Amino acid sequence: MMPTELEITERQELFLSHFRQQEAQLLSSEPAWLTEQRQDAIQSFQDAEFPTTQDEDWRYTNVSPIIQTAFRYEGLGGQSSPESAEISAQAKSIGGDGPVTARLVFVNGHYSEKHSSIGSLPAGVRIGSLRTLLRAKDADGLRVYLGRTLNLRRQAFTSLNAALWQDGAFVLVPQNVALTDPVQLVYLSTAQGAPTAAHSRTLIVAERNAQVTVAETFQAGDDGICFSNAVTEIVAGENAVVDYYHSVRENNRSFHIGLVQAYAGHAAQISALAVSLSGALVRNEVRAVLDAEGADCTLNGLYLAKGVQHVDNHTTIDHAKPHGSSRQVYNGILDGHATAVFNGRVIVRPDAQKTDANQKNRNLLLSADATIDTKPQLEISANDVRCTHGATVGQMDPEALFFLRSRGLQREEAVALLIQAFAGEILDKVKPEGLRHWLEGALRTEFSNASVAGK
Amino acid sequence: MLSVKNLQVTAGDREILRGLSLEVKAGEVHAIMGPNGSGKSTLAQVLAGRDTYHVTGGSVDFMGKNLLDMKPEERAREGVFLAFQYPVEIPGVSNMYFMRASVNAVRKHRGMPELDAFDFLETAKKKMGLLQMDAAFRERAVNVGFSGGEKKRNEIFQMAMLEPKLAVLDETDSGLDIDALRIVADGVNALRSPERAVIVVTHYQRLLNYIIPDFVHVLLNGRIVRSGGKELALELDEKGYAWLESEAVPA
Repeated sequence: MMPTELEITERQELFLSHFRQQEAQLLSSEPAWLTEQRQDAIQSFQDAEFPTTQDEDWRYTNVSPIIQTAFRYEGLGGQSSPESAEISAQAKSIGGDGPVTARLVFVNGHYSEKHSSIGSLPAGVRIGSLRTLLRAKDADGLRVYLGRTLNLRRQAFTSLNAALWQDGAFVLVPQNVALTDPVQLVYLSTAQGAPTAAHSRTLIVAERNAQVTVAETFQAGDDGICFSNAVTEIVAGENAVVDYYHSVRENNRSFHIGLVQAYAGHAAQISALAVSLSGALVRNEVRAVLDAEGADCTLNGLYLAKGVQHVDNHTTIDHAKPHGSSRQVYNGILDGHATAVFNGRVIVRPDAQKTDANQKNRNLLLSADATIDTKPQLEISANDVRCTHGATVGQMDPEALFFLRSRGLQREEAVALLIQAFAGEILDKVKPEGLRHWLEGALRTEFSNASVAGK
Repeated sequence: MLSVKNLQVTAGDREILRGLSLEVKAGEVHAIMGPNGSGKSTLAQVLAGRDTYHVTGGSVDFMGKNLLDMKPEERAREGVFLAFQYPVEIPGVSNMYFMRASVNAVRKHRGMPELDAFDFLETAKKKMGLLQMDAAFRERAVNVGFSGGEKKRNEIFQMAMLEPKLAVLDETDSGLDIDALRIVADGVNALRSPERAVIVVTHYQRLLNYIIPDFVHVLLNGRIVRSGGKELALELDEKGYAWLESEAVPA
């Protein structure tokens, strides 16, 4: 049932009260430019209203389960509840092991120093929690980047994040520095009895000729209702290389709304890979602006949903200047009554001649009751470009299943192998080995008893 | 070993096999020949358990067990192997990973210890050498990007690894040049033993120069209309199938 207008306003009121709850603290603890940013954001939030299925961008994703939940909010004051042993154990294992440059852990949006580790960093590299860095003498350096690429107009969730973010990660790699090992960011949610909302912010800056790999993982720490509303900003300077991963593993009752806003400079390369393993409602949006010649962008994704889960992937690649290239491959695996959305928008501006863009979306439906709405959206205003797209929806190949069984594999083993293979097309692109193995393991757990109609 | 009695099979509402009978003993090689549409491939697939076909009558006994009661994987584990006419491509699954899972599933069923990665690789290398397959095939996805001949050799490689009791080769010779044909035939002949039987389904007599059959059967309109020794294949090669048509008229 759709909420009435009155209800929507009430829900706005809940989040507005979260803002008021911490307003005084903001003024005393943050630089004025940031407080101003937050005040603008809360105003945008008030103006925006929550999206409904009448909005083209939210046509197949109904957010009323989120806005009808009375979340509590742990403001700037920090975590209100003590951490459980379970959370401590999870904080260590999430995202896999393997060498890292740094590992930052956040619980309900708050930095957890005891679970985090930052090794010795090359000169000029800054990695840490945003809040810690805001206390540093050169905090104003953040001002150049933080929130600069975000568009808040009519974006209720992004605005909420900009107004309410408690903490998050800052990764800055100065020019000519390449970090070989990934930076791991773990965002844990824990309800501990009451629905909890967390708004996290990540800012990744790779200056000229810099290179960095960042892996973010969002996970529910218990089986309570959580809402993680995450915004990640990526700025890749001239000839910089950013390899970014966004993995979501929420529980059956939790929600994730993630926005990755990437900005690529001259000949910069940005690759973002989004994996949605589980969650009641997961929306991953990646927006990349290729705003200088020769910028290159790769967006890949894997989404899984079963039961009554809903997963939505929206991508926008904005080719603003000539000789840019982009490619996207999104694979989805759906079981039960799950629903999914893929919307891939590619904009080629009049200036962006010689753009080479392609997009693929493949869906594997394991049950007759699962649904996918897939839509390419090409908006091309230049005449010398190459843009291709393709979408497929299919069931598991019965020939392949028979072949594997005729070689002695049980039906269930054969199904699992084919699912792994389909997911593998994306997971093989995950370069950090520890993360890849962790995702492969999570995939096996999630689909250990896929339905797959048949005998 | 295999006793097929009065087998009747349909696909949709089409009758394909109309009372086929065949006796195969351990150690024997049987060739089944016939024109397109005679039901050769259907027979091969039904023996392996393909569920797009429906058995409407008759029986198939394999080493004292009712084969038709078994799932495809059970048949494989009991020792039935089908070399596919059109081997299936499985993107994302490496040949070795797949083969090891398969070999160990069969070994487990037979009460043999599973092969560890090292032992498996040693065995695989040996068998691939026999079939003159490049080492690169190990890590490549099953049949993806393989040529026709490579796919067929990969089928024979799987057969060599699984060491079946009954191997059914479905037009394994079609699309092979003479060198590949010899390699495939050598692979099959290496497996011949008094404990094993082979059914070769083929369109062409040529393969039978390399895999010498003990019996040749002619399949027409879903029935075996003539059986003989290897010389029958030569006769078919010379005269075609038309002269046997009269024998295929339903009784």
